[in-house]
Formats: sequence, C-alpha cells, structure tokens
Amino acid sequence: MSMVTEIDFGTPASRSDKTVTLTIDGLEVEVPEGTSIMRAAMEIGTKIPKLCATDMIEAFGSCRLCLVEIEGRAGTPASCTTPVAPGMVVHTQTERLKQLRKGVMELYISDHPLDCLTCAVNGNCELQTEAGNVGLRDVRYGYAGANHLDDKKDESNPYFTYDPAKCIVCNRCIRACEEVQGTFALTIDGRGFDSRVSAGQMEPFLQSECVSCGACVQACPTATLVEKSVIDIGQAEHSAVTTCAYCGVGCAFKAEMRGEELVRMVPWKDGKANHGHSCVKGRFAWGYATHKDRILKPMIRAKVSDPWREVSWDEAFAYAASELKRVQAKYGRNSIGGITSSRCTNEETYLIQKLVRAGFGNNNVDTCARVCHSPTGYGLGTAFGTSAGTQDFDSIDQTDVVMIVGANPTDGHPVFASHMKKRLRQGARLIVLDPRRIDLVRTPHVEADYHLPLRPGTNVAVLTALAHVIVTEGLVNEAFVRERCDWDEFQEWAEFVSQPRNSPEAVAKVSGVPAELIRKAARLYAMGGNAAIYYGLGVTEHSQGSTTVLALANLAMATGNLGREGVGVNPLRGQNNVQGACDMGSFPHELTDYRHVSNDAVRTMFEKLWGVTIDKEPGMRIPNMLDAAVDGSFKGIYIEGEDILQSDPDTHHVAAGLAAMECVVVQDLFLNETANYAHVFLPGSTFLEKDGTFTNAERRVQRVRRLMSPKNGYADWEITVKLAQAMGVPMNYKHAGEILDEIAATTPSFAGISFAKLDEVGSVQWPCNAEHPEGTPVMHIDHFVRGKGKFVLTEYVATDEKSGPRYPLLLTTGRILSHYNVGAQTRRTANVAWHPEDRLEIHPHDAEQRGLRDGDWVKLSSRAGETTLRALITERVAPGVVYTTFHHPDTQANVVTTDFSDWATNCPEYKVTAVQVARSNGPTDWQERYRRQSEQSRRISETVEAAE
Amino acid sequence: MSHDAAASLKKLIYMANQIGKFFAVQKHDQAVAGLASHLARFWTPAMREKIILHLKEGGEGLDPLTKEAVQWLKVKQSNHHDYTGDA
Repeated sequence: MSMVTEIDFGTPASRSDKTVTLTIDGLEVEVPEGTSIMRAAMEIGTKIPKLCATDMIEAFGSCRLCLVEIEGRAGTPASCTTPVAPGMVVHTQTERLKQLRKGVMELYISDHPLDCLTCAVNGNCELQTEAGNVGLRDVRYGYAGANHLDDKKDESNPYFTYDPAKCIVCNRCIRACEEVQGTFALTIDGRGFDSRVSAGQMEPFLQSECVSCGACVQACPTATLVEKSVIDIGQAEHSAVTTCAYCGVGCAFKAEMRGEELVRMVPWKDGKANHGHSCVKGRFAWGYATHKDRILKPMIRAKVSDPWREVSWDEAFAYAASELKRVQAKYGRNSIGGITSSRCTNEETYLIQKLVRAGFGNNNVDTCARVCHSPTGYGLGTAFGTSAGTQDFDSIDQTDVVMIVGANPTDGHPVFASHMKKRLRQGARLIVLDPRRIDLVRTPHVEADYHLPLRPGTNVAVLTALAHVIVTEGLVNEAFVRERCDWDEFQEWAEFVSQPRNSPEAVAKVSGVPAELIRKAARLYAMGGNAAIYYGLGVTEHSQGSTTVLALANLAMATGNLGREGVGVNPLRGQNNVQGACDMGSFPHELTDYRHVSNDAVRTMFEKLWGVTIDKEPGMRIPNMLDAAVDGSFKGIYIEGEDILQSDPDTHHVAAGLAAMECVVVQDLFLNETANYAHVFLPGSTFLEKDGTFTNAERRVQRVRRLMSPKNGYADWEITVKLAQAMGVPMNYKHAGEILDEIAATTPSFAGISFAKLDEVGSVQWPCNAEHPEGTPVMHIDHFVRGKGKFVLTEYVATDEKSGPRYPLLLTTGRILSHYNVGAQTRRTANVAWHPEDRLEIHPHDAEQRGLRDGDWVKLSSRAGETTLRALITERVAPGVVYTTFHHPDTQANVVTTDFSDWATNCPEYKVTAVQVARSNGPTDWQERYRRQSEQSRRISETVEAAE
Repeated sequence: MSHDAAASLKKLIYMANQIGKFFAVQKHDQAVAGLASHLARFWTPAMREKIILHLKEGGEGLDPLTKEAVQWLKVKQSNHHDYTGDA
C-alpha cells in the first residue's frame, strides 16, 4: 500500500464557467477565468516554487518565491496572486527568476535551524523541498545574524507543538484559522523582523481561543506546527482514506500509517462533506483505540454481582446464544430484543436487525436514533415522504438566509459550522432560535440578525407564530404551494396558523420572545432569498419533537424553500451514522428504506431471502423494552455500541430495567456503564479495524476502511455473524462488501451502492439507483417523494414537565466541542484537557440568588433524581434556564432527566427538565452508590487466567 | 394488578392521550383515525391489547378522543382490517 497523494494547486479553484487560454513555458493551457497562474501551471504539471501558498486558502503573495515573468509585462509578479489572462505568455524558470528565488531562500534559511536530520517533518517539509527545488547551495549571509532560533517552543496543546524558531511567518496558519476554520484565534504579533505568530494575545495555544481543529497544522509548510504523534513516531509510509466515526458531518480522512500504527489523521481534500477540514475530535482524538481500558477478550458471568470471567470467543458465543434461547423458551418469543447504535456501520446495523427479525423472530430492534432524531424520521417522512435531510452540505454556498433551530453547530458539527460561517461571512443572513446564546449568535465576523431566545419547550408555539406572520402578511409562495403541495391541506393549515392565538403577540407570552422579533425573523426567512433551515436535537428532544419537525417542514413548503440548492430542511445528525442506522431498518416498525413491517410485499421479499417468517407487527422501542423489563416480560437483550445507562433518560428506570433482565449481552470497546448490568461482554472493534460504510447527515454513503487488524480479534460485523450462527441463523458473509450487496439488493435507495462504486466515486448520496445512478445531492426537485407536500396542523401543547416553586429552573442538556456523546471515546483521549468534567451553566442572576460562585459544587435535583457537579456562571443561558452536558458518568446528568418523551416517537424530552440548584458539599447518595457498584461490577477474575 | 403493571398501564394511558393531543386539532373523524392508525403502526400488539382491555374496563384516565380511537382500533383489529395507513 502506498501513500494517498494529493496535488496542491497552490490556490483554490475558480468557479467561473468562462475559460481562458494562455501559454506557460511553451505549453498551451485552458483554465477557468480567475484561475491563478500558479494553479494553471500546476494543471499542466509545472510546479512553481512556493511557500506562502496552498490551495486550502486564498493567495497571499508574501513569500516572493513563486515569481514568474510574463511577456509584455514589467517585473516579476507573484504567480499565486496574478490571475491568468487570454493569450498571456508565462515563463516560470529564467535566469532572473532563479537568482531571485535563491536570494529569497537564502534569507529564509539564514533564520532557520539547520536540524533537518532530527526534525519531525524531515522528508515532508515544504521549506526543505523548495530549498532543493531552487538549488540553494549556500547562505551568503551566514547564520550568526539576528534570528529567532532561541524562541521558546509552545507544547501546551496536547496534540501539536508550536515551535516559533522554525516559523517563516508565511501566515498560512493564520489564514487557515480565519478562512477555513473561521475562529480567528491566530494573528501576527509585532512588526517587521519581530513578527511572530500569536495564539490569542501571545497566549499558550491551549489557553487561547484556538479550537484545535488542526487547520493551522495542516497548512504549515515547516515543522513550526506539527503533530506530537509525528514527533513521537516519525513519518508515515502508507495511507488510506476512511470516514471519521464521530459526528454526522462524516469527514473523510487520510489515515496515515506506519505498519499497523496510526501516525496521524489528515482531512482529505476530496472528501465531499469536509473538503479537507477537520475538528479536534476527528483530527486528533483517536487515542482511545489503544487505550488501556479497552477490553480485548470476551467475558461472561452468571450474575452481575460476580466478577467477569475471560473466556474464548467460542464459549462466549455459545453462552450468549444459549442464554438468549433459554430466556426466549421460558418467557416467550417477544421476551428478547436488540439495540444497535448510530456508531455502527450500515452493514453492522443491517445485520443486527436481521439477527433480531430472522433469529429472535420478532421486531424488537431499536437504535439510539430513538433518543435523538427519531422525530426527524417521523416528521420529514410525513411531510415530504422520506426521512432525511433535503440537501447536501455544499448547498449552503447558495443560501441567503440561514435559520438555525435548536442546534449548536460550532460544538456539535464543527466542520460544517466552519462551512456555514464562511457563507455567513460572505453576507448570508442568520436567524437563531435557541434558549442559549450559542457561539454563532456572535462570533468573529458573524452576528445573527435575530436571536430568538425562546423558553425551553416552546418551539412549536414560536414556529407556528412565524407561520402566522408569513400567512397573514401575504408572504406565502403560492405558486410553489399550488404546484407542489396539497392545496386543501394548505388552506386548512393557513386558516389554523392565522388564528389570533398563534400570533407573535400571543406566543410572546409563553415563549418569552418579543413579538416584533418573531415578526422580523419570519419576514427575513420568507423574503430574504434562498432560506435554509438547519436543526438539531433542540428540535427533536421534546415532548413535541415530531410536531416541531412538521412545523419546520410547513415553513419551508409555505415559502417555497425546497427542491433546489440553497434551501431545504436539514437535520444535523448527532452521531456518525444516525442516518444510516435509521435507513437500515433498525426501528421496530420498519424494514430498510423506512418500509413498514406490515407491508406484505416487502416482508415477503425478505422472508424469501432469509428463509424465515417475519412478524408483521411492530416490535418494542427501547423505552418499551425497559418498561416491559420492569414489568417482568422482557428478559434478554443484545446491545451493540450503545450505552443506554448513561445516554438514555431517567437513569434509575434504565438501571431497574437492565437489572430485571436475565441476559444482557453488551458489545463495545469498553466496559461502559450499561455493561455494569451485563452477563456477556463481547469486545468490539474500532472504526480503524473494520470495513463498512457510514451515511452522514446529507445522506452521503462513505467507506470505512480497515487500517489495522482488530485488536480484539474480530470486526464487529463478524461478531454479529458468529453470534447469529451460534443461534442457528445462517449468515455467511466473507467480507463486509457482501453485506452491502445484500442491502443494495433489498433496499431501493441503495440499489446502486457497492464497495466498488464507492471506491470509484469516493462517496454517493442516496437515493442511488437506476433513476439516480450518481446519487441525489438535493431531494424533492420536481416533486416530493410522497407526491404532494403535506401540511400538518401543529397545535402547541405545553409539556407536562413544568417548573414551579420546588423546581423553579429549566434544565436543558447538550454537548460540547471536545467530547462526543457519552464520552466513552473522547474521555479516553487528551480532549479531557478542554473539558475534564461536566459543568452546570447558570445565569449570574440565578447564581446570586443561590449564593453560588463560579466553580462551586452544586446539587442539581429534579423529580427524577439528583446529582452534583460544579457551577459555571455565564450569560450564555437566560435567567431561569440551566444547562449541562452528559459526557461524564461521574455526573450522570440523566439521573435528573425524566421519562417524558415525544408523543410520536418516544424520543426523550432531554431539553426540558424542571430542576432546583443548591450549593452542595459532595456527591449525592446515588453517585456514591453508583461509584461503588461500578467498581464492583467491573472486576475481572484473575483466577481463570492463572489456571490457563 | 402489581405495582409495576399498574405503573406500566398508567404510562400507556398517558402516551395514548399525548398522541391524542397532537391529533385533536384535526377534524374529528380524521383525528380519531389518525390516532388509531398511529397506535396500530407504532405500538406492539401487547401494548394495544392492554389499552383495549383498559377501555373495556371503563377506560379511566383516557381522554374522550383517545377512547374513540381505541374503540375504533378495537373494531378494526377484530375485523382484521388494514388500519396502518399513513398517520
């Protein structure tokens, strides 16, 4: 295997449709108008020496190395900043240019340490390469003059170092931070010879605003900014492209390897979702794959109070299968089920639902999308006919108005947030609906036109009020609605939203958002040009989550903001494969492609293929399973890649459900919290150790490629296959590609997708089939999948979770940039440097009333339970609202959340819990008990090992 | 009825009424059919049986619309009718 090579064209591509023909070194070349001479030269393979230019950022023209001569023009212009012109004749190598470049290079090298042999980027350094390219043989100025060689190295960031002694002040890092990431954390401090790159105001990187996305490291042409892993290991010798296993953006990375050791992850320029950008998680936080906590041997135990006993894989499969069968024989066919995860590949998820349907003989399969985006499936499926976002990410380049509802992209979907910020800096307008003042409300060079800080739980009221303004002020796109939607349903909806009780003035009272703000936002959304909605779990994780999704769909249809680039309704998926998990039939009521289990034709097709009878009735959702477990009728479960004890609401109830089961099989990388209640532990593999596909938030199916042998012995899909075989279910796949072939054969939207297709085109967005052989970036172009778009009435129903004298504050939960979901992976990386614990954000007013100071330990209590954590006093939250994350099991934030859930899907109401906050002296009884139980439960018997 | 079974039934009643509150704004017949169809499409047979049995025993705690929908569901189920159309 060799390195995946990418050509650096020096400057970004021009998007012009017009072309220009010119001559470079005697060769004619035709390129789009606006292309730089440097890029045009590279198009024909002529690499002009350069240092300050790279094609991820705009040309800067500072290094003076890329000079060229142009016939008929005076001087030696920089090829990076000079655009091509018709008939232009360019010379890239002349005596004059050679002398100039050598002279420039001499100056650079006179202030650069000559430690190439011991330098981390030896062999992969642009300065070193260009010194060779320009024929540098000596430095006339010597090395004893004024220099920066004694500048102090900054090693504060856990993942990369900044060595100013090696800096050539090309500004690439600063421009990458500005143009690509949009954080503006870096600048140049000082002038002239004193110019130095500065993080913040000459702060250490870790203490600065730097978000550690890695763009600066990637842009650096020397060893000034370099990964610590490269310093430790050395340069990679081969690489392969794979897909990040963190959030739903689905960034493509070149995994650079030395043998079976991962050296670094470098964002892939041709990745259609990330275009060569990354965040701190995907770029750096992969150390969990080799963390000491990882379990590599299967384990079993008769009772959860017993210590674990390591066993062979065969014994583990046989024991798990016999126990699941025993339970089913004793308590009935419906007494067992399975849970798959959005962290699984499409192939793994498909196999789990197949195991449940074909092996367990019921539909008791669910996915963790239950607790995040199940309302998206219901809402968009009902309104448009398909349960997915309507656009590709690049659509935002055509957007004039961005409306973010209940999402915090800079933390949850950072790479797409950078793309979004770029568009906003270009002038797109911004509306934010969120109880918190998320970063995008005001961040460098971006400011929301309108921030509607609505009270948690009032989404539907506010969105219906927006619709009220659009209808009553005559802002409806009637032509679109008449042509594309059911006109009768629209009229009924228009009459409904027009009622005075849905007016901004009426809604202001319940939502706390001033009526005029709602009116202005509605007008901007309806009349501002291409308007696109991006939403997150602040929409779905409510008792009216599905209604809110429907309200968003109504707004988009009423204003004609669907069916073309720049518009749409776009769920920002939390985990890497939420979309795929849903597509693969992992909900208990539907088979792949969202086809209901009662559909005889679809069921018959699978029955013939699998040689079994499939139940035509829906199975249990996760909360149904837990209720039935507490009830005594559900006794066994197989869980892959999901930690329901930490991530699901009302921890006490989840624990009671798990404790009531007789056979809990957990397949995971670590002994997670759920595994405290498990009887069988099947060690899982990381995304670096297996083949498969993930589907990101824009329906893009991308390859996950095996880069190293599974440290546990098997890829996850192989474990499910072997468990299925032990249960007597025939599964005979030789590799993961065969599973995808079966998916394609049974799933119309995936009909054209295979490993071969993905290897050929990189990625493809479903539907990909005979009708759309190259996939579908934008959906619903001529008509909705369901035919006519469906307007649905969205009555606001206040949640039953109400604040009052005992619990006067409203808690909303979420996550932060450096951690992912329950933190099982990121807590086992250096990302803990940014977020070592969950904190409770509380407004200064509420803190003062309680006599709290920043950093105080506080008790957070609700009707469901209580926990303790430290307070963070901030105006990001409104008075009356508190916020925390759920990344740390020590906090167990879900001890506090309730079992209220979305009416349609049972997606938990994580975003609204009535709570009280008071100063605390220490952990709650629950936390103490839980800590003791966890320690007990994680014991691994040593006697067996000794005996062997 | 055990404490757990009673709690479980209470939860089902709450969920059915909650679904009903979404459909209540629609025209009456549409709302009844929509609620019943939702229960048919997403609830397990055991959950449906429990709520139907509870209605038979008086349906305490069920909202009027929910009662109608559960009754409708009961009739359709006993007739083996396809009641799982779009909500």
